[in-house]
Amino acid sequence: MTPGPGAAPVPPTRVRRRRRGSAEGALLAGPGLLYLALFFLVPLAIVLVIAFMDRGRFGGIVWTPSLDNLARALEPVFLSVLIDSVVIAGITTLLALLIGYPAAWAIARIPARWRTLVLLLVVLPFWTSFLIRTYAWIVLLNSQGPLNGLLVGLGLIAEPLSLLYTPGAVVAGLLYAYLPLMILPLYAAIERLDPEIREAAANLGARPWTVFRTVTLPLTLPGVLIGSIFVFVPSLGNFVVPELLGGGKTVMVGNLVRDQFLKARDWPFGATLALVVVALLAILLVLQARASRAVEEGARA
Amino acid sequence: MRERGGRAPLLVLVGALVFLWVPVLVLVGMSFNAAGTPYTWGGATLDWYAALARNEEVLTGLGNTLLVAAGATAGSVILGTPLAIGLHRHLRSGAWEALSLGPAIAPDLVLAIGLLSLFVLSGVTLGLHSVLLGHLVFGTAFVAAIVRTRLGHTDPALEEASRDLGATPLSTFFRITIPSLAPAILAGGLLVFTLSLDEFVIAFFTNGPATPTLPIVIYSMVRFGLTPEINALAAVLLLVTFTVVLAAQRLTGIGGRRRA
Repeated sequence: MTPGPGAAPVPPTRVRRRRRGSAEGALLAGPGLLYLALFFLVPLAIVLVIAFMDRGRFGGIVWTPSLDNLARALEPVFLSVLIDSVVIAGITTLLALLIGYPAAWAIARIPARWRTLVLLLVVLPFWTSFLIRTYAWIVLLNSQGPLNGLLVGLGLIAEPLSLLYTPGAVVAGLLYAYLPLMILPLYAAIERLDPEIREAAANLGARPWTVFRTVTLPLTLPGVLIGSIFVFVPSLGNFVVPELLGGGKTVMVGNLVRDQFLKARDWPFGATLALVVVALLAILLVLQARASRAVEEGARA
Repeated sequence: MRERGGRAPLLVLVGALVFLWVPVLVLVGMSFNAAGTPYTWGGATLDWYAALARNEEVLTGLGNTLLVAAGATAGSVILGTPLAIGLHRHLRSGAWEALSLGPAIAPDLVLAIGLLSLFVLSGVTLGLHSVLLGHLVFGTAFVAAIVRTRLGHTDPALEEASRDLGATPLSTFFRITIPSLAPAILAGGLLVFTLSLDEFVIAFFTNGPATPTLPIVIYSMVRFGLTPEINALAAVLLLVTFTVVLAAQRLTGIGGRRRA
């Protein structure tokens, strides 16, 4: 594309190239960004706006700003659901960490030719239908199900326990659904560790627990935080597992949001509850970013 | 150096694998159980598979799901690949980055109610098209994220050479850039396809009543109680997943270590 004779004075190449670059960038990224602006940003903005509106008498939205929904979300009935949700998602995350850390550690230590197979075994159940995996727990935990049968058969219990429709069942279902999301980032973090650092610490006389606490854990903390967020975020907003395994007795904030939108037709209140969840998650993400940065700076120092 | 306490993590790993696999395998076992319950063995049968193959709702749901997943995969690749290239080469800005990654980390419930509000307020009727529009949001974000990781490893000299030799930007794009990104595009496409197949929350909120996708059909079956056909469906889906994951691994070499 050489400018023909008589073309306008040629601008310096650097400027021209940059200008062409930004046009090319807009051409490439434009459609995708436009799509995400329209179908991601706009929906989020709508949720943000209607959260501060009133509900119409027959559903719908009355476009007058108000803070009533926020006040209502903090009433004891709803606040207790929020707290329950955070506790259930928190226990799930903690259990996933307690199981996932040693498991990821073991995967990083087994011979390399087994590693791919074991990682596949961790991931494969995760790729089967989420609803069917949850359904499997209805089958397992049923009062006549295999788990009760096993416990009675072993003589550990006399009567079948009511395992299904309890908070414990909800935690089991969430843990089952999201455990791989904890193991994978932890594995990535542990695999990158240089074994010589730990050996150095051990050779200098540190005991295994001290090595773990002062060397290994801080270096793998970013993986711990990412895994925890991967488990906590989908657990907190989940409404399928509490409904199917909690049997309506364990209500989480996701169930409230769903009901406000699809049953009570109170969209503004549903949006407010969803925003409270987003606010909680945003705080967590900020904390996570701070902690990882602190670890990185500590490692560099 | 052998570490002390080296056995305990291995035991936890074995326990975790048992935990992950027993529920799935119980369903697969039950799918061959003529009694149709997990409590007694009534002999081996393939009846549940036959019943599944005749189940109109499941078949319709499967058709709808495949349609949405195919559209979401194609659309996400078309939107996400150039998005990744544009962001990587030309528009280095935190705001655009955040916009392109946001859908991958935003809670699906919030996105779902936002999309429902958008569609209803703007008078869009709900159906498979609205589900597709929703799946394209996270699909585009995932394809863009995966293609970007690959862009860091490609050699820009190849494209420069192509241009210096007189190729037009368009022909350089299709003959050099896209082929060098092919593994990432393929991996992204497969990821979007599998995510879309199983996506429930966005579909649940933004779908019309006439066009349930497979996860919505499964949801209504599961809520109804124990249905033996679900076990057969679980086994079939597991087999499909196996095939797709293994194929993806073969094609992209992700997670695979070549043995010498």
